[in-house]
Amino acid sequence: MSEITKAILEARESGGCAFVPYIMAGDGGLGRLKEDLLFLQEAGATAVELGIPFSDPAADGPVIQEAGLRALEAGTTLKAVIEEVKAIGDEVHIPIIFMTYLNPILSYGMAGFANDCQEAGIAGVIVPDVPFEESAPLEDCLRMNGIDLIRLIPLSAPEERIRKIAEAAEGFIYAVTVDGITGVRDSFGGTTDGRLERLKEIADIPVLAGFGISSPEHVRDFGRTADGVIVGSAIVDALHRGDKEPIKELIGSAKDIAVPAE
Amino acid sequence: MANTTEKKAYQAPDETGRFGEYGGRFVPETLMPALLELETAYREAKEDPAFVAQLDHYLKDYVGRENPLYFAERLTETAGGAKIYLKREDLNHTGAHKINNAIGQALLAKRMGKTKIIAETGAGQHGVATATACALLDMECIVFMGKEDIRRQELNVFRMELLGASVVSVEQGSGTLKDAVNEALRYWVANVSDTHYVIGSALGPHPFPEIVRDLQRVIGVETRRQILEKEGRLPDAVVACVGGGSNSIGMFHPFVDDTDVALYGVEAAGSGVETGKHAAALTGGRPGALHGAFMYLLQDEAGQINEAHSISAGLDYPGAGPEHSHFRDTGRVTYSSVTDDQALEALKMLSRKEGILPALESSHAVHYAVELASGMSPDQIVVICLSGRGDKDVMTVRDALKGGNGNV
Repeated sequence: MSEITKAILEARESGGCAFVPYIMAGDGGLGRLKEDLLFLQEAGATAVELGIPFSDPAADGPVIQEAGLRALEAGTTLKAVIEEVKAIGDEVHIPIIFMTYLNPILSYGMAGFANDCQEAGIAGVIVPDVPFEESAPLEDCLRMNGIDLIRLIPLSAPEERIRKIAEAAEGFIYAVTVDGITGVRDSFGGTTDGRLERLKEIADIPVLAGFGISSPEHVRDFGRTADGVIVGSAIVDALHRGDKEPIKELIGSAKDIAVPAE
Repeated sequence: MANTTEKKAYQAPDETGRFGEYGGRFVPETLMPALLELETAYREAKEDPAFVAQLDHYLKDYVGRENPLYFAERLTETAGGAKIYLKREDLNHTGAHKINNAIGQALLAKRMGKTKIIAETGAGQHGVATATACALLDMECIVFMGKEDIRRQELNVFRMELLGASVVSVEQGSGTLKDAVNEALRYWVANVSDTHYVIGSALGPHPFPEIVRDLQRVIGVETRRQILEKEGRLPDAVVACVGGGSNSIGMFHPFVDDTDVALYGVEAAGSGVETGKHAAALTGGRPGALHGAFMYLLQDEAGQINEAHSISAGLDYPGAGPEHSHFRDTGRVTYSSVTDDQALEALKMLSRKEGILPALESSHAVHYAVELASGMSPDQIVVICLSGRGDKDVMTVRDALKGGNGNV
C-alpha cells in the first residue's frame, strides 16, 4: 500500500480525518522550510502538500499566487526544493507531496525529476495542468520510482469521467469540491450535494476534499464524508502572517470527527 | 470554409490535439469536459451548411470580405526586386484579422447555448473584435486585460466599454497579456457551464489552435484564389508576422502543401534577441507548456516564463502556437525576427510609399518582406499579410520616434 494511503487510513482509524496542509516552498525563503514542516508534523498533519512556485499559476487564487511570486523573488527553484527536502531527511517522517505545474518539470526533465524526487523521499506529485488525457508519460516516470501521481477529480465532472480517473488514481483522490481556483470561500452553495458521497462509493482509495476549505467548520463538514481535507490558502496566509494558532486549530478540528454510522 | 482546389496531404492536429509533438490539452481537470464538448460542437458546426452559411454571411456583409490582394507598386519599386502584394486584412471591420476569429467563435458559442463570452486582450484589438461580435450577437462580454496594458491602451478600453463589454483589470503578475490569459482561464474554470472563452490567437488547449486556424484560413484561401486570378500562378514567398500566430497560420495553412511557395514567419525581436528583451519564442525560446499547450516559449532555466518585450503589443506574448512550433521543427516555415526599430522604419516606408499605415505587428512582416523581395528577381512574387491597420499605434509610434532622433 502507498505510504500516503496508509497515513490517511491511520488518521481515519484514529477517529478523525486526514488533514493535509498546503504550503508554498520558498515563501519566506527556503531556509524556513524545515521549521515549517516540523511544525506541521508536530501539530498533527497527516501529510504535507508542498507547492513549487510557478510564474503563471492558472489554477490558483490570489493567496497562493502571491506566495508563489514571493518564493520566486527569493530565488526558489524546483531543483533547490528537491535538494532541501533531501537534506531535511528523516526528521520529517510524514509523507511530502509536491504540487507543481508541468513546465518546471519539463524543464527539469521528467525522468530526472521522478528519480530525484524518489531520492529525496517524495511520496506523491500533483500537477494541476495535467489532466487524465495527458498524464501517461508522467505517470510512467513516477511509477518507476514508486511515487504516486495524485489525480484531481472535480465533483462536477460527468460520472463516466469520474470512474475513469478514479480507476487510474493512486495514493488518494483529490476531490475538487467547487469549480474554480484555489482560495478561501465562505460558502459552498451546496455544490457537493451528494456528489462527494457518490465519489466515495466509486473510489477504492481514500478521497480527500480540497479547494476553498478554510475553516474548522468546513473541515468537520467535509471530514464526515471525505477521508480527509486539503487546506491551502488559509494555511499559506497564516504562515505568511506568522500566526500559527489558526493552523493548530484547523489541524485540531480534524482529530475528532463524528463519522456517520455506515 | 471548404476549398476543393487544395491538396490534402498535410493533416493536423491528430485526435489528441497534437501538431507533431506540440499542442495537447494541459489544463485543469475542471476544463476537460468543456474542451471535449467544444470539440464535438465544433466538428458538428463545421459540417452544418447552415452554420457555414451564417459565418460566410457575416464575413461578407459585416466584416467586408473578401478584402483586396493589392499590388504595391511603389513598395515594389523601393525594394527593387520581386513584385510585392499586400493582403489587406487592415480593411476588415475593426481594422484587423482578429474579427474573423471573434465572429466565428461567438457564433459557435451561441450555437452551444452559452450566454457569456470571455476574452483576453493585450493591446485591445482582440478585445475590441470580441466586444464587437458580442454586441452584434447580443451576448454578454467580459474582457480580461492586464493593468499595465489598460494604462497603455486607455482608448481601446473605452471602445470596448462603448460596445457594451466589461473590462476587468488584471492586477496579478506583471499585468500584461500572459497574466490576462491566466485570469481568463481562472474565470473560465469557475464559470465553465455558461461561458465560452474566445481565445484570440492560435494558442491554448486543443481544440482552440485548430478552431482559430480554421477561422483564419479565409485569409490564405482568398489570397491563393486572388493571386491565381491576377498572376496565373502561386507566389514564390508568403510573409506574415507571428505573435501567438493567428494571422500567419491562417495565411500559411492553405499553402502548406504547395512546396514551391516559401513561407516566412516574422517574430518580434524587440530591442534585439541578443538583449533578452524580445518576443521571439520560435527563434529565441525552447519548448514548454503554458496556457494549455506544449509549444515554444520564452522561459528561464528553471522553466519560469519570461516576460516578452515588443513595441507591438499584439506580438508581446512569450509563446508561439503549437502548429507554428511544429512548422519550425519541420522547416516548412522559416522563422526569423525583426526589431522594434526595423518595424518602425517599415511602418514609415509603407505609409509614405503606399499611403497605408500598417499596424506595428504587420510592420514586422513588411520589413522582412521588403528585404526578401530586394534579393529576388522582378518576375518573382512576394505576398505580405497586412494583418491590421496602424491607427491604434499612432501614439506609440509618436512616442517611439520622439524618443529616438525625433524625425518622422
